[in-house]
Amino acid sequence: MPTVLILGATSDIAMAIAKKFASHQYNLQLAARNINQIKPLGSDMHVRYNIQCTVHSFDALEFSAHKNFFESLTPKPDITICVFGLMENEDKAFDDFEVTHRMIDANYTGAVSILNIAAKYYLSQKQGVIAGISSVAGERGRQSKLIYGSAKAAFSAYLAGLRNKLLKYNVHVVSVKPGFVYTKMTEELKLPKLLTAYPSEVAVAVFAAVRKKKNTVYVKWVWRWIMLIIKNIPEFQFKKMNL
Amino acid sequence: MIDDPNAKATDMKKQIANWGNYPAIESDEKTFVFDDQLAKLMKDTDSFIPRGNGRCYGDASLASNTISILKYDKILSFDEGKGIFECQSGLTLDQILEVIVPKGWFLPVTPGTKFITVGGAIGSDVHGKNHHVDGSFSNQIVDMDVMLANGETVTCSSELNHDLFEATCGGMGLTGMVTRTKFRLKKIESSYIIQKQIKAENLEEVIRLFDEYKHYTYSVAWIDCLKKGKNFGRSILILGEHAKLSQLNDKQKMDPLQLPRKKQITFPFNLPSWALNSFTVKAFNFLYYSKNRKKELNNIVSYEPFFYPLDAILHWNRGYGKKGFVQYQFVLPLHAKQGLIEILQKISNKGLGSFLAVLKVFGPQDSIISFPKEGYTLALDFPVREGLFDFLDGLDKVVLQYGGRLYMSKDARMKPEVMTAGYPELDQFKAIVRKYNPTGKIRSLQSDRLLLTKN
Repeated sequence: MPTVLILGATSDIAMAIAKKFASHQYNLQLAARNINQIKPLGSDMHVRYNIQCTVHSFDALEFSAHKNFFESLTPKPDITICVFGLMENEDKAFDDFEVTHRMIDANYTGAVSILNIAAKYYLSQKQGVIAGISSVAGERGRQSKLIYGSAKAAFSAYLAGLRNKLLKYNVHVVSVKPGFVYTKMTEELKLPKLLTAYPSEVAVAVFAAVRKKKNTVYVKWVWRWIMLIIKNIPEFQFKKMNL
Repeated sequence: MIDDPNAKATDMKKQIANWGNYPAIESDEKTFVFDDQLAKLMKDTDSFIPRGNGRCYGDASLASNTISILKYDKILSFDEGKGIFECQSGLTLDQILEVIVPKGWFLPVTPGTKFITVGGAIGSDVHGKNHHVDGSFSNQIVDMDVMLANGETVTCSSELNHDLFEATCGGMGLTGMVTRTKFRLKKIESSYIIQKQIKAENLEEVIRLFDEYKHYTYSVAWIDCLKKGKNFGRSILILGEHAKLSQLNDKQKMDPLQLPRKKQITFPFNLPSWALNSFTVKAFNFLYYSKNRKKELNNIVSYEPFFYPLDAILHWNRGYGKKGFVQYQFVLPLHAKQGLIEILQKISNKGLGSFLAVLKVFGPQDSIISFPKEGYTLALDFPVREGLFDFLDGLDKVVLQYGGRLYMSKDARMKPEVMTAGYPELDQFKAIVRKYNPTGKIRSLQSDRLLLTKN
């Protein structure tokens, strides 16, 4: 039975992904900073789907602990899915470098740190799958997503590069760019229905992408076209826009 | 613009109502997934009521602030050998059935819908068709954790912190938020029910039949409230037992614990309120009664149509129109059969009744705020319309006169004196609520109306 490692297992998206894989009889390794928060999910997955599910303490910002964390996993996961991320208030981040730094580390540096380790392992095994949840916000720099968007842009570039690097070792890398998602993060917002996915839809897309070795997935099809348009607006025009 | 949690928080108030669609109010509904989030929410919210799947009928889980438990729905453990199940309070019974039935276990007590949460089952201390044998939901609980208004978690059971346990079972959420519950399941050999339906010509007969068949685990009667004369109170008594392996046919034996296939249809819109009138109701009741051609019908059915006939029609409550309906459920002591007759007469004279009413005989129950007590319980729906509440006030008088009481989980309109008169241990209940919820911050429209949290 293949095993999936989910990094940042406390988010709504991560829980939906866990459920999706468990329902297809994958074993789970759930990793999150606060282990007490993921224990109930662990028991739930085990009872409902009769799979093995373990929980692990993991902090994306504790780079130095990442190596030991990955080494401690037995068995080694066949699939590693990086879900964690952090979105803070952009005005606060602009004022306070601490906040900016944390956002960059949580969305980019931390992800690179742990995925490098996983990638090295998969490379040595000549098999494995890595999936990273990036964001459409990383497609083009905008004032309203100054730091978050740039960190996700870096993460997207990393995933694309990793895909390129690992192809010849039979290791596949999936980039996931959900648009709006109904989650705890967004529950106070009125989101446009057509553009907004449920976490379960994100999970279905991730599962299909992993199985079918897709490169980049947008969850709602419209996002691919929206981002195509946004990316093609000439910069002299784009810089004047209020996005 | 894009995946942005910092955009202006829109007005979070949303329109909520319970199953009767009466009353409907604006409420600020918060959700949580983790215990620490709940503790913070409970401390930071000025006043609120816990809310499950909104399947109580009236205003018990309504308030201007609500904390929804629906995302707090994880299974914590399931001992398949001993039949002990442990979960968070937002888990719904339909989800539990999907897990336990294939393993040979069943809910020890279930109400007529499986779309309720475990938290709701405790808050209402729900009963089922087997109350006279197995008691109510609270009788199945090994122990549970309740988070109090100050964020502290207390474990309680019928032995440990007994007062908190007693006031939480049936207490409509006023003591705190049930977080974890461990309860006993019932062993089954198959997911089928051996069913017996017996037609009763009138009320006298159905009451006699209840007594004659009281050894059956499950019993309930559908009663036609509009019929007058010699067929006054004509009914169909429905009895059932879990089918044993040996009672199944060869095909059923291949997969005795099979889950029923999901066949649900959705009631698509609110019917206009004139659609239900005494003519349509009489026609429906006639058809329902006549569908059983013979006096007695014996068959074997899946548990789903037996326990949850109305769950097959999602949003059936829309049949009562936009103004909604109230469900009126009372219990009268066994010796008060005359009261039952009086009430049924008032209903049939008024011509206000619902499609069908449900009659059941409760066994004894020892608790301070739970609804069941030994006697006859009748539940029926009334669409909300002018004059209804005056009429129900009149029924309340008869209920009290015969020593009965009403079910808070169905209630949207009773007066506080009716509550006080019906529940002799209400002062004790209020004292326990004050002990664990001293500032009264956990409160609902109902608890304020019934003066349980407001003096």
